[in-house]
Amino acid sequence: MNWRAFGALLARDAHVAKRNAVQLFFQTFLQPLLFVFIFGKVMVRSGYMPAAYKSLLLPGIMAISMVFTGVWAVAMPLIAEFQWTKEIEDRLLAPIEDIWIAVEKVLFGMIQAIVAGLIVLPLGWLLLRPIDIGIHSPVTFSVITILVAAFSACGGLALGCSMNQQHIGLMFSMVLTPMIFFGCTYYPWSALNAFPVLQKIVLINPLVYASEGLRASLVQGFPHLSTIAVIAALIFFDILLLAVGLRQFDKKAVS
Amino acid sequence: MAIGVRTKDLRKIYNSAPPFAAGGVGIPRAGARDGKRGKAPKAQVVALDGVSLEVEPGEIFGLLGPNGAGKSTTVGVLTTRVRPTSGEAWVGGHEVWKDQAIVKRLIGVVPQRPNLDFSLTAAEILIFHGAYFGLGTKERNERAATLLEKFKLTDRANQMVRGFSGGMMQRLSIARAMMHDPQVLFLDEPSAGLDPQTRILLWEIIREYNQAGKTILLTTHYMEEADALCNRLAIVDHGKVIALGTPASLKASIPGGYLLRLRFGKQPAELMTGLQSLAGVREVRPQDTTGADVYADRGGSLIPEVAALATSTGAELLDVHISEPSLENLFLHHTGRSLRD
Repeated sequence: MNWRAFGALLARDAHVAKRNAVQLFFQTFLQPLLFVFIFGKVMVRSGYMPAAYKSLLLPGIMAISMVFTGVWAVAMPLIAEFQWTKEIEDRLLAPIEDIWIAVEKVLFGMIQAIVAGLIVLPLGWLLLRPIDIGIHSPVTFSVITILVAAFSACGGLALGCSMNQQHIGLMFSMVLTPMIFFGCTYYPWSALNAFPVLQKIVLINPLVYASEGLRASLVQGFPHLSTIAVIAALIFFDILLLAVGLRQFDKKAVS
Repeated sequence: MAIGVRTKDLRKIYNSAPPFAAGGVGIPRAGARDGKRGKAPKAQVVALDGVSLEVEPGEIFGLLGPNGAGKSTTVGVLTTRVRPTSGEAWVGGHEVWKDQAIVKRLIGVVPQRPNLDFSLTAAEILIFHGAYFGLGTKERNERAATLLEKFKLTDRANQMVRGFSGGMMQRLSIARAMMHDPQVLFLDEPSAGLDPQTRILLWEIIREYNQAGKTILLTTHYMEEADALCNRLAIVDHGKVIALGTPASLKASIPGGYLLRLRFGKQPAELMTGLQSLAGVREVRPQDTTGADVYADRGGSLIPEVAALATSTGAELLDVHISEPSLENLFLHHTGRSLRD
């Protein structure tokens, strides 16, 4: 393991992200904040939604922002760089085993996802104040945030190394959109009590654990999946997606 | 100290069409493997069929062959990008597949198609490349500036490379490969698509780098390039080395050296025997029904005799092409095909 090369790879990604910072900012935050504004502010103040919905919504929005950012940050560059020009090859020829290039992408995606999550939270809070939300257990919150970031970045690796450029649209409409809507992001899992079959099916969606876990650590008083189950499920999905992602990466990197 | 490169019985079979960069197609295999149920059977393609090479430390070694001969796949294996089906590949004392990270440090690679990092400027590409290889900030900035100057890219240093012309990208690719001062430089078709002026600049740079004690392995399908640059050459076709030696010794191995490609209106049998008996003719190979490739140790002076022979046998001489001793002729002699076919 060559730490200097690994550090230089991270520095390269940070440099590129810095160059695209403004674009990245709007891409990451515009949609979630609009959502927060309409559902948390407009609908609540006009009386269509109860005020308590605000604190229920924000953790879900944080989960969406993190997952979207992590997937995007890892998958999109990989899809482009493994395409026709194979521009990732200059990094594959860096003096480090191929697998670490994938790991670096995951780590950088995680950092971006965590930053996105930690920015959307205060921004949402500003928009929705007064809102009953707080980090009640910093340790649980940190663990869940890191696991959610890892799940999004590993998912990005798996998707980015399995998809072609022409399937990007499909990736969003067929994978990410259903994941978000069935991910307990805009409602708690317990709201699905009225739909017992659906309630079981959505458990294959890792975003459910992300939303429920963040909700559990940020908001008190709502029924949620047990924190242990959430952490176990997130670890399971992290490992699964990382394994699939690394395998796909190796297939793409070496012919 | 310079280090060498060698391969032993290298075989590579692709289970689907090889990636573009690995040089198109080799020999399609007759027995296509049946895929899993419901899937179309995958065709196996043999890209390398037992390539054994030994590149001496400090030499410029060329792989010459047509597209799809296996040149890029050989380079791919030696540069850790292609996993061989069987056989061994060594850079210096390191087996490529086992000591990937060490081998990557020893080699510099100029790919067939520029694969520059489109998210960076020209200078950043070199500087980050230096960083991957552990160069300090000062050193990598200085080296980047020197190389940009050398490759006449200084005025473009701070531009994104997306808008660069093909020639500029190629020059930057070479500069990048030299950035960490590798012991072995691989250049895959380095002068494809370059204008003649840049090609000469490139040749100078390659020679200069070699004089600094570095080993160079290049692939080309330009005979002139192989001839002008290489100390030794391997001629490859269909994933096999079909001839190996210095350009001079290879050319000397062609019977006679000169090649006369002749076309006739018709081709009576006595014409062929007549050609064979002309002074200086070493070998006559009939082509189709109206032509012949004649290998001889003289060129133009043979034409009047050929013309007289054609007249006397009633076969009209339609076309004559004389090639001087060249690697192109050598390739044709060994494979029956032109390099550019």
